Order: sequence, then C-alpha cells, then structure tokens
Amino acid sequence: MHFHFANALVFFGFGLLLCGLMLGLGLLLRPSNPNPNKLTTYECGEPPSGSAWINFNIRFYLIALVFVIFDVELAFIYPVMAVYKDWVARGVGGVALLEIVTFVGILAVGLIYVWAKGDLAWLRRLATDTDTREGQPDARRAA
Amino acid sequence: MSLINTAPEMALTAKVDDLLNWTRKSSLWYMMFGLACCAIEMMQTGGPRADLERFGMAPRATPRVSDVIIVSGTLTLKMALRTKLLYDQMPEPKYAISMGSCANCGGLFQLAYSVCDGVDKVIPVDVYVPGCPPRPEALTEGLLKLQEKIQSERWLVRKTEPVGVRA
Repeated sequence: MHFHFANALVFFGFGLLLCGLMLGLGLLLRPSNPNPNKLTTYECGEPPSGSAWINFNIRFYLIALVFVIFDVELAFIYPVMAVYKDWVARGVGGVALLEIVTFVGILAVGLIYVWAKGDLAWLRRLATDTDTREGQPDARRAA
Repeated sequence: MSLINTAPEMALTAKVDDLLNWTRKSSLWYMMFGLACCAIEMMQTGGPRADLERFGMAPRATPRVSDVIIVSGTLTLKMALRTKLLYDQMPEPKYAISMGSCANCGGLFQLAYSVCDGVDKVIPVDVYVPGCPPRPEALTEGLLKLQEKIQSERWLVRKTEPVGVRA
C-alpha cells in the first residue's frame, strides 16, 4: 500500500525537475539588463507616486454600488425611449410602459433600501458604542 | 550567470542561436500601444482576417511579458515620456515597431506644438511601417520583417559590441 505513495513521489520529483530545468535554462539564456526604470512599478506608463499600501474609506465602495443603480437605469431607459414611439404605433405601448416601469420599480426598491439604511448620507455617526462614551473627541465620528 | 555573449564562435553556437531565435520569433507577444486611428488597424490585424495568432503573436496589456511594442498613432510629447518608460520596462530581447506616418515622423501633425515627430526620438525602432494608416496587411508585413531580423541575430557568440542588447 505504501508503494502507491511512490507514484506521487515520482510525480513530485518530475515536477521539481521540470521547474528547475525551465528556470535554469531561462537563467542561462536570457539577457539580464536591469535598470531603475525597469524595476519601477508598472503604472501604465505613469511615474508611480507613493506606496500602494494606503488607507481609503470603505464607503467609496458603497457609493460605487449606488452609482450602478442609476447607471443601469440610464443605460436601459434610453434605448426604450428610442423605440417607444414605434411600439405605440404598433399598439403595444402599454406593454413597453409596463416593462420599463417594472424595471425602474425594481431598481427603486434597491434605492429605497440604501436610503433607509442611511448609506446615501455621507456624514453620519458611527454605531452606538461612540454614543455611550461622552466626551470623546469628534475624530471618532465617521468621515 | 548567463551564456549571452560568452561562447566562442563555432557551428554549434550558431545552431543554438538559430533555435533560440526560432523560439523567440515564433511567439512574439506584442504590447498594444494604440495611440490614434492606427490602433483600429492594429486591432483588425489581430482579428480573424489578418490573424496574427497564426504567427504566434498575442496582444498583451503589460510590458512585463511583451517582446515587441507596436507604437500605432500620433505620439504627443506627453505620451513620449510614457512610451520611453514603458519601453524601458520591457524585458530584453525587446523590439519596437513604428506603425503609420505619425509614429514614423509625426505625419500630418508634425508641426503641431504638442506632437513628437517620430517615436524614434525616444526609443530605438526596428521596423517602420508606412501608411496613413497602414492596412493590416502592411502591419503583418512589418511583423514578418521583424521575424526575419530576429532570426538573423546572434546571442551566444562573444562580441565586443553585443547584438540586440541596447544600452
């Protein structure tokens, strides 16, 4: 039974061997010409400034999500507007109106949810644990 | 520890060089550097009709894995600095193709205050593709010319002036 592990060992050995062979061949055959420009961070050609390890407010993520609501709304309503007159002429204007109202309604539910959760307001207080501590400086508040 | 420019001149090194060059020219990954209308033709060249993939060429979005940069379009002075930096960030051996009149010499806009008249002012260019813009066939021809150039390079043989490695 232990012999079956020898299969895995052989596979492992070949894996190591091949990796070493490939990397070793590359090491032997490639030109090596490092320079400061090459070693900088790739930023699409822009000179990088500062470190990538910076803090940014996690609520920007929420704002981006809320933006998607309006974005999708706009992107889908414009084509409907473009063909709406044709649909009315063909006598199916009611269907088109119902569909787009349903669509906007679904998005509106999302918007109302965000509104009710208070995520549309940028300035707001942190949760109750700050409220219990009187005399804390305002830095404990969000934003 | 590299064998580049170290071996004495002999038949074996020439054959190994041929093999290396063949592998290099057969998988030329090009960095897309579409700057203007020439980029549309470059996209067409990568598309199914001209089909660069049959030569082993694949578009890349980063200089780190690219072998050749195709500068296609009007090079502004602002962009010239970025072009230099991106070219520097490509690993050797690296090549550059100047595509279209604007990249070759500034083209229509060479007298404009903001235009760099020729990408060869900032990076060394291997192949110039003429045209405004060049058709996909022209760019394919340029890439085939580049393959010919690559196939004729010598890497292993010791030389006072290394071929292909640029300062």
